[in-house]
Amino acid sequence: MSDVNAPPEPAQQPIDVQPAHDAKRSLTRKQRRIGERLAELTIFAVATISIIAIFLIFLFVFREASPIFFGSDDTAIVERDTATVETPSTVPATDSSGSGDDSTANLTSTASDSRSGEMEVYNAESGDEPIVGGEIAGLDTAQSPPAADAGSETGAPADATDYPILTHDSQVRVSHLWYEIWQPNSEHPRYGIIPIVMGTLKTTLIALLIATPLGIFAAIYTAFFAPHWVREYLKPVIELLAAFPSVVVGFFCLMTVASIVQSVFGNEVRLNALVGGIGLAIAVVPIIYTLTDDALRAVPRSLREAALALGASEWQAAYQVLLPAATPGIVAAVLLGLGRAFGETMIALMATGNGQVISWDFFVSVRTFAATIGAEMGEVVTGSPHYQVLFFLGVLLFLFSFIVNFVAEFYVKQRLVKKFRGTE
Amino acid sequence: MIDKRQSILGFFATGLPLLATIIIFLMIGLIVAEFAVIGIPNLSWKFITEFPREMNTQGGIFPAIYGTFLLVIIMTVVAVPIGTITAIYLTEYARQNSLFARTIRFAVNTLAGVPSIVFGLFGVGFFIQTIGASIDESRWESKLETMQHALVEPGAPFSKSATAPVGDIRKFLTRDDEIFWQEAIRDLEPMEASASSAVTIGAVVTHLRKKPELKWGKPAIIWAALTLALLTLPVIIVSVEEALRTVPRDVREASLALGATKLETIRKVVVPNSITGILTGSILAVSRGAGEVAPILFTGVLVSMQELPTALSDQFMHLGYHLYILATQSTDVEAAKPLQYATTVVLLVLTFGLNITAIVLRSRIRKRQFS
Repeated sequence: MSDVNAPPEPAQQPIDVQPAHDAKRSLTRKQRRIGERLAELTIFAVATISIIAIFLIFLFVFREASPIFFGSDDTAIVERDTATVETPSTVPATDSSGSGDDSTANLTSTASDSRSGEMEVYNAESGDEPIVGGEIAGLDTAQSPPAADAGSETGAPADATDYPILTHDSQVRVSHLWYEIWQPNSEHPRYGIIPIVMGTLKTTLIALLIATPLGIFAAIYTAFFAPHWVREYLKPVIELLAAFPSVVVGFFCLMTVASIVQSVFGNEVRLNALVGGIGLAIAVVPIIYTLTDDALRAVPRSLREAALALGASEWQAAYQVLLPAATPGIVAAVLLGLGRAFGETMIALMATGNGQVISWDFFVSVRTFAATIGAEMGEVVTGSPHYQVLFFLGVLLFLFSFIVNFVAEFYVKQRLVKKFRGTE
Repeated sequence: MIDKRQSILGFFATGLPLLATIIIFLMIGLIVAEFAVIGIPNLSWKFITEFPREMNTQGGIFPAIYGTFLLVIIMTVVAVPIGTITAIYLTEYARQNSLFARTIRFAVNTLAGVPSIVFGLFGVGFFIQTIGASIDESRWESKLETMQHALVEPGAPFSKSATAPVGDIRKFLTRDDEIFWQEAIRDLEPMEASASSAVTIGAVVTHLRKKPELKWGKPAIIWAALTLALLTLPVIIVSVEEALRTVPRDVREASLALGATKLETIRKVVVPNSITGILTGSILAVSRGAGEVAPILFTGVLVSMQELPTALSDQFMHLGYHLYILATQSTDVEAAKPLQYATTVVLLVLTFGLNITAIVLRSRIRKRQFS
C-alpha cells in the first residue's frame, strides 16, 4: 500500500505479450491441425491397406480353390475305371542316410522292378497300361517291409473304386477327392486325399498324446510346486523350445530321433508317423506349456487359499480345485497346440517319410496336408487341376485353424467368464 | 490307511509334474547339446564368408547368411510399421465393440494361427502369378510398342516394306541395343524356323506378345519378403495391441483433459509407455519370420547361387532352406553332415539372438512395472 503509483510495466506487460501470444498460438494451431490431419489420414490409409491384405488372403485362397467346388463338369472322363485298387504301399526310406524321400521319385526309380502277378489288372478298355495301380501295387511286394506293413495293408479298405479317369486338363471336383490314392503326377492323375487325411490324423494324434501330458504337467509344476527362483529360469528355457525354427526340429528328428526310435523299437521304416509325431510334439509342447501356465496362474488366489484353509494339502488344492478351475484355458491351450500340429509343414516334410499308406500303424511313412502342399507346389502349373487341388488343401487347413480358433476363443471366453463370475 | 494312500497319491501328484518338467528340460538340453557339439567344431570363418562349392558339399554358406538377413530386413521394414500403425488404429481410432472392429480382430487372430504354408500358397498365387505377371506384361507391352516404333524408322527392316525376313529383324535389334532387346531377340528364334521368308510387323508383335520377359512374375526376394511380412503382420498387430492396452485409460484421458489432441496423446503418452511391449512383440514376430521356411519354399529361394542377390527381383539363398535341402536331398550324406550341423548353428544363433533380445526387453518391462 505504500506504492500508490504502481509502476506501469507490470500492468502493461500482459497487454504487450497478449497479441503476440495469440498470434503465435493461432499459427501453430493451424499448422498443427493440418499436420495432424495428414498423420491421421496416413494411419487410416495404412490400416486400411493391411486390413484389405488380411481379407485378401482369405478371398484369394478360396477363389483359387473354388473351381473344385463350383467348376463345370466338362471333365474329359474317358471311361470308368473299375479295377480293384490295392491300397498303395509306400517306399520306406531304405537308404541308411535317413534322408527323407519323395514318394514320386521312388516310384519312378523302382517301378521297373516289379509288376508282380498279384496286382489287379485294370480295365483294359482304354488300352492304357495300368500305370497307377501297377506301379504302386508292384512296389508293395518289391520293397518287402516287415510283415507288419503288409498285414496292415490288407486291413485297410481295398474297395472297388469307381475312380474316373482324369487327364491333366480335366476339372477336378470335390467328389474326386475322397479316394485312396494320391498320384497327381501320373498320366491319369488321381487326387484321393484319404492317405493324406490318415497321415495328418496319425501324426497329430501322436503329437498331442505326447505333448499334452508333458506340457500340462510341466505347467502344473512351474505354476504350483516350483520354488520361485526355479520358475524364473525354467519358464524362459521352455519357451526357448518355441524359438527353434521348425526346420531345425525337423532336422533333429530326421537325424537323432529317428535313430533312437529305430534302436528302441526296431522298426525298419526309419521315417514314420511316430518320428513325425515326436517332432510335432517338440514344436507343440511350448505352446501348450505357456498357455496352460498362464491359465493356471490366472485362477484367483482366493480359490487356493480357501482350499488350503479347508485342510487340503498343496497338491490336493492344485489338482482338485485349481486345475478344474483352469479347464477352459487348458482346453484352449490344447486346441491351439492341435492347430499348430495340424499345419506344421517343415517337420512333416522332413521327418515323416512322405509315403502314402492307409493304416493305423505308427511305423509307416505318412504324409500330411501341409507337407503335400509344400512338396508339390513348386511343380504345378498355375491354374491346373493339381494347382487347384493344392489350394483346396490350403482351404482345408484354413478352415481347420479357423474352427479351432473359433472354438478356443468363444468356448474359453464363455466358460471362463461364467466360472469366474460364479466364484466372485 | 487314508493317510498312506494319500501320501502315495501325493507322491505321484507332485512327482509327475516334476518328471514332465525334467523330460522337457532334457529334451531341450539334448537338442542344444547335439547341435553345439557337432556343429560348432565345423564352424569356421571360411564357412561363414565363402560361397558353396561342389553342389553344396563344400565351401561356405555366406550367400545363405546374406540372403536370410536381406529377407528379414525387408520383411521387418514392411511388416513392423504397417502392423504397428494398424494396431494403433484398431486400439485408438476404431470404435471398440463395433462389428467392424470385432470382425477385424477375429480375422487377425485367426490369421495369426493359420499354417505358414497357406501364406506360401497366397504368395505364389497372388504375388507371383497375379501381380508379378501383370507387372511383367505391362513392361513387355511398353517394350513392344517401342520396338514397333523402332522397326518402322528409316533404316529399319519395316521402313520400306510391310514384310521383312525374321533374320533382318533380329540383326537390326541386335545392332540397335542387344541387351535391351535380348528377350525379344531370343524369342524370335522359333519364328525364324517356321516363317517361310518374311513376316509382317503385326505377326512379330503378336508372336512376341505371348512371351513377356519374366522378371517379376517369377520367384523373387521381394515376393518372399512380402509373403513373410503378411505372415508376421497378424502377430505384430496382436502383440502391439496388447502392449497398447496396458496403458491405462486414465492416463489417456488425463492427457486429453490437459488439452492434447488424440494424435498427440498417442505420440507422446501411449506409445512411449508401451514401447517396450511393442518392441518385444515385433522382435518375437520377426524372429518367427526369420525361421520360417515353408512360405518361401516356392516364392524365392534357390538351392545354390554363385552371386549375391542385387535386385529385388533376384532369387536368394536362405539358411533354413539350405538346411532343408542339405538334410533331405544331398547326394553325399557323409560330406554334407558337417555342413548341415554348422548351418544349423548359424541359423540358431540368428534366431536365438533375436529371441534373447526380446526376452531381455521383456524382463526389463517386468522390472519396471514392479519397481
